[in-house]
Amino acid sequence: MMRFLLLFSRQGKLRLQKWFTPLTDREKKKVIRDVMALVLARPPRSCNFLHWRDIKVVYKRYASLYFCTGLEDQDNELLTLEVLHRYVELLDKYFGNVCELDIIFNFEKAYYILDEFLMGGEVLETSKVAVSVSMENADTLQETMEEYMNRPAF
Amino acid sequence: MPAPIRLRELIRTIRTARTQAEEREMIQKECAAIRSSFREEDNTYRCRNVAKLLYMHMLGYPAHFGQLECLKLIASQKFTDKRIGYLGAMLLLDERQDVHLLMTNCIKNDLNHSTQYVQGLALCTLGCMGSSEMCRDLAGEVEKLLKTSNSYLRKKAALCAVHVIRKVPELMEMFLPATKNLLSEKNHGVLHTSVVLLTEMCERSPDMLAHFRKLVPQLVRILKNLIMSGYSPEHDVSGISDPFLQVRILRLLRILGKSDDDSSEAMNDILAQVATNTETSKNVGNAILYETVLTIMDIKSESGLRVLAINILGRFLLNNDKNIRYVALTSLLKTVQTDHNAVQRHRSTIVDCLKDLDVSIKRRAMELSFALVNGNNIRGMMKELLYFLDSCDPEFKADCASGVFLAAEKYAPSKRWHIDTIMRVLTTAGSYVRDDSVPNLIQLITNSVEMHAYTVQRLYKALLDDISQQPLVQVASWCIGEYGDLLVSGQCEEEEPIQVTEDEVLDVLEGLLVSNLSAAVTRGYSLTAIMKLSTRFSGVNRIKKVVSIYGSSIDVELQQRAVEYNALFKKYDHMRPALLERMPIMEKSASNGPTEIVQTNGETEPSVVDSKHPPPVSQPANQANDLLDLLGGNDVVPVIQTTVPTKPASAGGELLDLLGDLSLTIPPMTAYNKNGLKIDFTFERANPNPNVAVITIHASNSTEADMTDFVFQAAVPKTFQLQLLSPSSNVVPALNQGTVTQVIRVLNPQKQQLRMRIKLTYTLKGSPVQDLAEVNNFPPQSWQ
Repeated sequence: MMRFLLLFSRQGKLRLQKWFTPLTDREKKKVIRDVMALVLARPPRSCNFLHWRDIKVVYKRYASLYFCTGLEDQDNELLTLEVLHRYVELLDKYFGNVCELDIIFNFEKAYYILDEFLMGGEVLETSKVAVSVSMENADTLQETMEEYMNRPAF
Repeated sequence: MPAPIRLRELIRTIRTARTQAEEREMIQKECAAIRSSFREEDNTYRCRNVAKLLYMHMLGYPAHFGQLECLKLIASQKFTDKRIGYLGAMLLLDERQDVHLLMTNCIKNDLNHSTQYVQGLALCTLGCMGSSEMCRDLAGEVEKLLKTSNSYLRKKAALCAVHVIRKVPELMEMFLPATKNLLSEKNHGVLHTSVVLLTEMCERSPDMLAHFRKLVPQLVRILKNLIMSGYSPEHDVSGISDPFLQVRILRLLRILGKSDDDSSEAMNDILAQVATNTETSKNVGNAILYETVLTIMDIKSESGLRVLAINILGRFLLNNDKNIRYVALTSLLKTVQTDHNAVQRHRSTIVDCLKDLDVSIKRRAMELSFALVNGNNIRGMMKELLYFLDSCDPEFKADCASGVFLAAEKYAPSKRWHIDTIMRVLTTAGSYVRDDSVPNLIQLITNSVEMHAYTVQRLYKALLDDISQQPLVQVASWCIGEYGDLLVSGQCEEEEPIQVTEDEVLDVLEGLLVSNLSAAVTRGYSLTAIMKLSTRFSGVNRIKKVVSIYGSSIDVELQQRAVEYNALFKKYDHMRPALLERMPIMEKSASNGPTEIVQTNGETEPSVVDSKHPPPVSQPANQANDLLDLLGGNDVVPVIQTTVPTKPASAGGELLDLLGDLSLTIPPMTAYNKNGLKIDFTFERANPNPNVAVITIHASNSTEADMTDFVFQAAVPKTFQLQLLSPSSNVVPALNQGTVTQVIRVLNPQKQQLRMRIKLTYTLKGSPVQDLAEVNNFPPQSWQ
């Protein structure tokens, strides 16, 4: 299973953090600091895998954002690259040509999409269409309430 | 009170902050507003405030005061509220908070909600961060949802069940009935999560594993359909149908097929099919191939399939994509133990990977290279590895150096090569070698008796170049102390001997003492070395001076040593040569562990079974030289002898221990029988080193008078090393009333035929008797 998923910019700003194991705030901060430092220090054309403590770290850079996850021993690194790519595709479909700003201003949506794709560190749904449909329906549910309440949710 | 600002508004504002301080101010202001809003229990804007709080939390600011608000949102009827509430719970609440448990009731209600998306939220939250108590409370609900026909809920329930099992393994049984027809689902989401659930159950319980083995045919069928079916737009990734599901099935097959012949056979065909038909131009295909290879290597596959797998890995190694090369090296490392020969075929490619620019690949290649070293390829491999050691990053040097030492120890083709290799490591990566390598190296050097002159010469030259690398300096100063006489005598068989005077040597050693580069330990080594040279060099005054100076050193260790050495010079000068004589051959207690070098404050002690302190005794060095003169020279090595007579009991004790080894089958022999003195040899093999033969001599006297002052000496050819332990006594009683026993240990690494020359001296009826003999009739088992 994946232990965590982090999105951060080249300047080291965190854009999304998903944790699949219980850690204290302090521990989380340490992981973020260490992993970010390791990943940001990598030269441009390196291999996308590195070893940190007992975790395999897989990362991929998309434009200005690093998508970074920590795997356990049995997990398939090459497949995880596909998982990261799939997540980017889902974001792209949802936001239409997604860029970092979309994720900054709509971070909660990024989380919702993630929760339809992964759960407990494992892939939940392998079909792109199914995830998009769920998101659409859930959003509709939300908007219905908004229309009813006649004011923007937040 | 005006409406709290909108989330996007806040984000925009915060992003305009130019400094950290400005941002902090904005955040504090907003937090204050949010806190007062919370206090007013405003339902309308709670959602908005929590969303803003979550944003600020992501920036790194504390947000714990929003935890209870998240709970209120979860309890709300509005979907929007629930969505943010659950998100907030997952981000802000974890098991450690007490508030966490308060969620349980809400989640329970929501698991039974009429809207599937609400149920989905609840399942997601429980499945991501539910604590053990929550899992125990809600497992029943999850199990119910696992049996629903709604595939959206079923897949979420499956992964939630996985989390429950991870938290509370005892609950696994509860989910067993629900798994009955999970694999007959058409929906890929449900299929995938079901396979994950089955994998988790099989990994945790051997009973479950046995139970689910019957699913192998079904899994094989599903995998086959995925491969053979045409293009499915919904699940397609670069021409491959649902690679995520394929990989998970392969992983489950791996677990089911391990150590089970029938299952392994059932999956042989499909594995071969996947291995040969998968498209390898993109990462996706390679991901599947990778998992296939791992599965083939773990189950009981037929040899053809295994060769196919290793060849796939070999092809991976030549791939342009770094990730694939990395993955190949990692897998080969896993399989190198079991399929050593197959991996050896790819050795040259692996060695090339040492030169790769990528750090991760270099590390894997290094580990794999060490695993591939054996007696046949040691010379070639070591050349590559030493070249790697020269040029690699510092982070690798320590591990590489240790690896080189280990490999050299196991497979060194000759002593000289071994010592050269060690010298190379010490000079290129000397500061990175591990601390325990210094005693190991010293022990190795001591045991290579014929290489002493060569070694000390090379070490001396290395010291002249560079004294900054502490392990090198320590080993070098120890050797100079031991073999300084060989150094100044200018004898060296292997190389051009250098001309060095005693003063030059002392200059170098004193230089180490004063240099800022030397560590405290190193200074200790060099002081002791200087002291030892007092028996090997002719000019003692200089040494006396150095030693007395350091008697007032601030370093306590140095001071103590110097004071004790001073005492040696002043009051115990007669003991000095005996205490500072050459170290005996040291036995290794284990091939990789630290050796039994016992060297305290410069006094030498025999490191084998006998552990008593040597009392003052006459110089054994003379006796050794005696033997040399008598037996004429070059092909015989003077025996290194301990001359401490011990109580017979201890010798008997040794004998007892040795006889305890039941594996001995070597027949005893008579080595000498003349003039009433008979010497028998009995043999044992020393544990754990099979190259050491342990010979016990039994001397008996058939004449009418005792033989007193009995001394037994022995010498062996150059390729052997000999150690003589203390005799049980110096008197051989008359008329075979008793025997004198003494233990000889012979190190015979090259397994050559054992030969020995012995010299016997004793006093019979007042007149001294001396005799020499050659012993050639050793039984073959003693040296084979």
